[in-house]
Order: sequence, then C-alpha cells, then structure tokens
Amino acid sequence: MEQTNLQLKKQDAQTHEWDTRLHHATKATREDWVGRGVSYFCIGIIILVVASMLWFITSKGIATFTQNHVNLWKFLSGTSWAPDQGQIGALPMIVGSFAVTFAAAIVATPFAVGTAIFMTEISPNKGRKFLQPVIELLVGIPSVVYGFIGLAVIVPFMRHLVGGSGFGIISATFVLFVMVLPTITSMTVDSLRAVPRFYKEASLALGATRWQTVSRVILRSATSGILTAIIFGMARAFGEALAVQMVIGNAAIMPKNLISPASTLTSQLTTGIGDTIDGTLPNNALWSLALILLLMSLFFNALVRIIAKRGQLKHEC
Amino acid sequence: MNAKRTDLIATIVIDLIVASVVGILFFLLAYILTAGLPHVSWSFLTGATDAFSGAGGIGVQLFNSFYLLVLTMLISVPISLGAGIYLAEYAKDNWRTSLIRSAIEVLSSLPSVVVGLFGFLLFVVKFKIGFSVISGAIALTFFNLPLLTRNIEESLSAVSRSQREAGLSLGLSKWKTEIGIILPVALPGIVTGIVLSAGRVFGEAAALIYTAGQSAPVTNFADWNPMDAASPLNPFRPAETLAVHIWKVNTEGLASNAATLSAAASAVLIIAVLLFNLGARLLGSYLYRRVTASK
Amino acid sequence: MLKQYSFEDTAVQTFDDKTSLAMKTENMQVFYGDNHAMFDANLAFPKNQITALIGASGSGKSTYLRSLNRMNDGIATVTGKIWYHGVNINEPGVNIYEIRRHIGMVFQRPNPFAKSIRENIVYALRANGIKKKSVLEERIEQSLKGAALWDEVKDNLDKSALSLSGGQQQRLCIARSIAMAPDVLLLDEPCSALDPISTVKVEETLLELQKKYTIIIVTHNMQQASRISSQCAFFHLGHIMEYAPTSTMFNNPQIPVTQDYIAGSFG
Repeated sequence: MEQTNLQLKKQDAQTHEWDTRLHHATKATREDWVGRGVSYFCIGIIILVVASMLWFITSKGIATFTQNHVNLWKFLSGTSWAPDQGQIGALPMIVGSFAVTFAAAIVATPFAVGTAIFMTEISPNKGRKFLQPVIELLVGIPSVVYGFIGLAVIVPFMRHLVGGSGFGIISATFVLFVMVLPTITSMTVDSLRAVPRFYKEASLALGATRWQTVSRVILRSATSGILTAIIFGMARAFGEALAVQMVIGNAAIMPKNLISPASTLTSQLTTGIGDTIDGTLPNNALWSLALILLLMSLFFNALVRIIAKRGQLKHEC
Repeated sequence: MNAKRTDLIATIVIDLIVASVVGILFFLLAYILTAGLPHVSWSFLTGATDAFSGAGGIGVQLFNSFYLLVLTMLISVPISLGAGIYLAEYAKDNWRTSLIRSAIEVLSSLPSVVVGLFGFLLFVVKFKIGFSVISGAIALTFFNLPLLTRNIEESLSAVSRSQREAGLSLGLSKWKTEIGIILPVALPGIVTGIVLSAGRVFGEAAALIYTAGQSAPVTNFADWNPMDAASPLNPFRPAETLAVHIWKVNTEGLASNAATLSAAASAVLIIAVLLFNLGARLLGSYLYRRVTASK
Repeated sequence: MLKQYSFEDTAVQTFDDKTSLAMKTENMQVFYGDNHAMFDANLAFPKNQITALIGASGSGKSTYLRSLNRMNDGIATVTGKIWYHGVNINEPGVNIYEIRRHIGMVFQRPNPFAKSIRENIVYALRANGIKKKSVLEERIEQSLKGAALWDEVKDNLDKSALSLSGGQQQRLCIARSIAMAPDVLLLDEPCSALDPISTVKVEETLLELQKKYTIIIVTHNMQQASRISSQCAFFHLGHIMEYAPTSTMFNNPQIPVTQDYIAGSFG
C-alpha cells in the first residue's frame, strides 16, 4: 500500500515534468514567431506599396476633376492640350498611345508567332540552342538603348524615306515592334511547347501536312496562350515611356498622319512632370494621364486573367 | 497537291520571317557594338561629364548605376525573400492569398514610368528628400519586388515537400527548415533570378529620371564618408545613372557628338546586361552543381 | 468486387497496467476537409517493441502514423487523444517541435538533406543548442553505428548525402532521427523504395534499435511485418480491425477481414 502510493506519487511527478516539458516554449517556437513576423512584415510592405501607389495616383489623378472641376468627358474627348492655358484635352495622347500599341502588336504578332513556330515545330534544335538565348537577351536590353537606336537609325531613315522630321507614330511603332517582339515570341514559344505532343502526332498520323497540323491543331489549342502573349506585349508597349518619347516627336496635337510628331500618355508625362508645380492644374492634368496608364495596366491585367480562365474552361470540357 | 503547296509556301514564309527577325536582332547588336565600342576607352569609362553639354566620360554615371544597383538589391532582396517565404510556406489557399497574389501581379505589370512617378510624388514632393540615390533605390525596389518575390517563391516551392517534412520531423521550426534546409537547395534558382533582375535594374531609366534625378554632380572619389555632401556614397545626392545619361544626352543633350557618345554608352550598357545574363547562367549552374552533386 | 465487412466486428487487444506503454491513442479521428479518413483509433504501443501497422493502401495506416507526431498539422484535422508520458499531445498548447524531437520519423522515400553526411546528422542537433564538437562527433558515430551505416561512410563524412545509394540514404535518415535521441521512432514504409539487400539491412537495424527505442512501422509488406514486429495492427478503410501479437495475427487471425487479408484475398 505504502509502496503503491509512493509509485503513484513518483508517476505523478514524472507526468508533471513531461507536461511542463511538452508545453514549454522552446527555441523552435520562438524561431517560428520571429519567422512568421518577418515574413508577414515583408509581404505587408509589398501590400502597402501597392495600396499606396493605387491610392496616391488615383487621388492625384482625380484632382483634375474634383478640384479643378474639369469635365471628365471634355478631358477624354478634348483635342487641345495646353494645361497652362486651362485647356486639357487628353485625346491626342490617348490616341497616340493606342495607335502605337495596336500598330506595334499588329506588326509584331506575325513575326513573333512565325518565329515561335520555327523554334518549336520546324527546327526545335536551332530554336533551343541559338534563338532562345538571343531572344532572352533581347528581352533584357534596356529601353533607352532601343530608343537610342530608334533615334539614330529609324528616325533618319524615315526622314530620308518620306521627308519631314522623321519623328512620329511610325518611328515609335518600329521601335516598339522590336521591343515587344522578344516578349511575345518567348511567351508564344512557351504556349506552343505546352501543347501535348500527341495532338501533333495524331494529326500527322492522319496524313495532315505540317502546316495543316500547325495551323489547325497546334495554333488552335495554343490560342489562349498566344493571346496572353500579345496582351503582355501590348501592355509593355502601352507603358513604355522613354524609348517612345525619344522617337515620337512629343507634339501634344491630334496625330494627322503616321509620320508627323505626336505624343503618347507616357511621353507627355516624361516630358512634362518635371516642369509643373505640385497642386496646380497642369500638374494635376499630368497625374490624370498617369491614372489612365494605371487603369489601362489594370485592364490588361484583368484581360490576361479572363483569357486564362477561358482557356482553362476550354481544356476542362 | 494543294495542301502540299500550302505547306511549302507556309514553310518558306516562316523561314523568311525568322530570317528577318534574326537579321533585325543582329543588326541591333552589331550597330551598337560597331558604333559604340570604338569610342569606349579607359578615359571614357572613368572620366567626368561636362555638366552643361553632357559630353565627356561616364565615370560618375557608371559608378552611380552600380551604387544604385547595390542599394536596390540590399533593400529588395531581403524583402522579397521574406515575402517569397510567406507565399511558399505560410500563405493558405484562400481569398486573402489570392488578393495578395493579385496585388503583386498588379505591381509587376505597372509601367515603370508610373512607378517612377509614384517615387517622385512620395520622396521628392511629399518627403522632400529631393532627387537622390536613396529615392532612386527605393523606386527601383518597388519595380524589382514583384518579380523577385515571384522568382523566390517559385524556387522555394520547387523544392520537394519531403525535404520540408524531413526538417519538421526532426523538431526544427518551420522557419529554420525554410532557411536552413529549403533555401540552400533553392539557391541556384534564386541567385539566377537575382542576377537577371540586376540586369533589368541596371538598365532601367524611366523609374529614375524623377527619383534619382538627371544630374551627376562631381563627386570626390577620395571621400568615402557617406555623410559628406561630396562623397560618392552620400545617399542624398542626385545620381544620374548610365541609362538615364543615354536618355538625357539624346533628348536634351547639347553635345555635338551626342550620337557617338550615346552609342558608346549604349555599348557599355549592353555589355553590362550581357555580362549579367551570362553571369546568371554560369552562377546558377555552378551553384546547382554544388548543391546537388557530390563534392 | 470488395467484400463488405462489418466495422463493428473488431478484435483490438488492450494492455494491463503492468505493461509499460510508450504511446496510446484514444478515439482518434482524422479528417481531410470533409473526408473522414480515420475512425475511432484506439491503439497502445508497448515500450521497446516493434509494432507494425499493416493494411491495403488507402487503409489509413500512414495517416494514423503521421498523426502521432503531429505531422498532419495543417494538412488534416485530428481529434481525440494521443497520450505520451501521461500528457495528451493532441492539444493546441503543446509544443509540436518538442514532440517531434521525442517522436522521430522516417519517411517512405529517403529524404536526406542536400548537405554532407555529417551535416545531415548534426544540423538539427546544432539547431537544438548542442554545439560542442566532441559531443557532436560522438553522436555522429553512435547514430551511424546504430543505423548500421558507420562502416560504409566513416571515411568520407563530408561527402554529399545525395551521392549515397538509396538504401544508404534511408539508413542515414534513420541515423539522423536517432541522433536526436528520441523515445519513439515512427517509420512510414521505410523500405518501399529500397532493393531487397538494403531492406534486409534496414530490418536488421530496426531489430537492433528496439532495445533502445519504441518503433512503430507502417508496412505494406506482410513478410516484413512478421519478420520484425512483436505487435501488429491491421487497418481497413480507416478502421482498426484487429490488433494482436504478431504471431497471433499471422497464425490465428480472429476476424474474417483479417483472415482474408492475411490469406491474400485483397490488398
């Protein structure tokens, strides 16, 4: 009896000891608190940056309409841009931006898709060994270098070819074409490579020619990927500032043709923001242009998502 | 018969397209290198710029580019690392995480000029720091964070789950497992990503013209006290980088030899980017061999 | 077509107070989301014995095992009680890192760290504050000897662990676990990725290790279970159907489902 009691007491004491040991915070627990804290803090910074960026640019951008009482419709449709005289029609820049973006995408797409088909279907070996690294390198070339080449080669060439100054939408289109080409190509290559091999093999086994296979099977099943690539290219073109600003001529007037100086949202921002005073109408008007850029960037983003979702649905069916 | 002919024509058209693309690319590289390289000399690389015309050497700009790059990386690598670990390890699969991912996506797709303007608004206008190295470095950080974070998350997630389980089953904390076990395995991919992003940062100009500024005041390279106004390390001095210099010389430059000057500067920039690219590949595969293979 | 067996008809042994137990689960349930994967698991594990958990794939034996050292945290919801040294360790306030130090685990696929053999063993020790060189060296030798790997690797401890063969890697993982000086060692099909010769080596290692540790091993290989275990539990569709001394289980199974499984009718 005595002994059992003692044993029980001893057991109790042991259990108590283990209980404390297993509930006690250790170095590992503390490490995890710290780790959690650090990583939450870091992601918090990024969220804060994005939120304040959206907030600041939006609040600055709408000041034109809320503080200076400019009519939104007049801003979007007005064709005369002279903010220091109170005229802020942004249409010339909007048209300029869309014109160069679409033109560059339209020119670049066939080249990009053709190159991608070559790299994946016609000569995968050369594609991987030679074209792939070159294209990756081109994605990395800084935009000022593209701008400089545009200025040094394309602008004089246009001047020579059609007269005038050589600055304008055509020159900007050319520069952007070269800039977005590697982006669209490399993304198209990825989406072509993602097409299951047996699609191609089945088609070839049925006696289809290579082109029939490519055009009817491969391109068709890679459509959403190619569209995404094009939109990425357009987003890049729409947001590109310096390269365009260097060759477009920066005249804030409605572009009458493709070879006279024009301007885009980005080029106007780059040229103008340093010369205006914070809080004034000319300054606010420029922020409104920045807001359009921001909204367009969100729009491209949403478009990519929608296409991705559609593509998924198609594959699931 | 018809299908075969179409096939032939299509093949020829594609070959022509590829030939012209390759032609354009080679012309680009050849042009910059032939127009620029002959003018690259030691005195050009180290010399001072004429403040008024923009002519002269690119010594200060080159230094500024590297200084900004180093500062940017010092700020953005730790933050992206923490954020990448959050996404790879702590984030649950719920609406909050997908919101965070969307936010990062949005940041990465914003035009760099918008990022630069935001930096300008924040540092130059609101905080009145002025055009400075530090404003530029933070603006570049904003621009660098999303890509780096995604790269780090992908590299970490690519490491097999069994490695995480091994660490946890030994009583290591999640954090210790991630830092001590997973990170070393993911390192090759992360380093490649960092070096590639360094190339992007090095060539970026739009985010800098209104943050780091467009002037490169003469600095005293004998003075390395970051607190001195003339010191190259002073984070509050304006710092025009090489990429900004190329833009500036071409748009407002009064130098009579603007074209050769920017060709030479472009050549230097391209070679730097090439080296970053090459460095990323070599370093990545070297680390990969070290991590995986037997020593 | 799988025969339907009643989940009511079970034969699970219990132990009297004299048997000293390493661990015990009481009414343990496991859920993956809405999927109820483990029902009312009541098992007790005697100290310094090898207990084998057998059953067809998907029977819940790995799920059960992984719950014992809380490796299912964040993956599945585990309810019920898990007793260890008189403490219910399936509680929110419990320090899971401490638990895993005492209840080690070896996985199906060998998963050594991408580090040297030496680092594989000492990494977690150092993280736990053991820094003294002599102690670490001693632990390396002890644990590698314990896992019957010492003779094969003692001359190149700085070699990458990934350069070892699969069997050696798995024994390194065992060594890594026992270097932490645990009480209980959980093994989740440790031989399924190994060749027969490595399997024999691992089995010999385990038989030797039971003198110092309590071992719970999941295996789909019934020969293995009969060769090495003292107790054997049979899992079926998330239920523990029979738990008995291994000889009883294989020579004289009590209920139809176990009889059919042992006879090889399914699984």
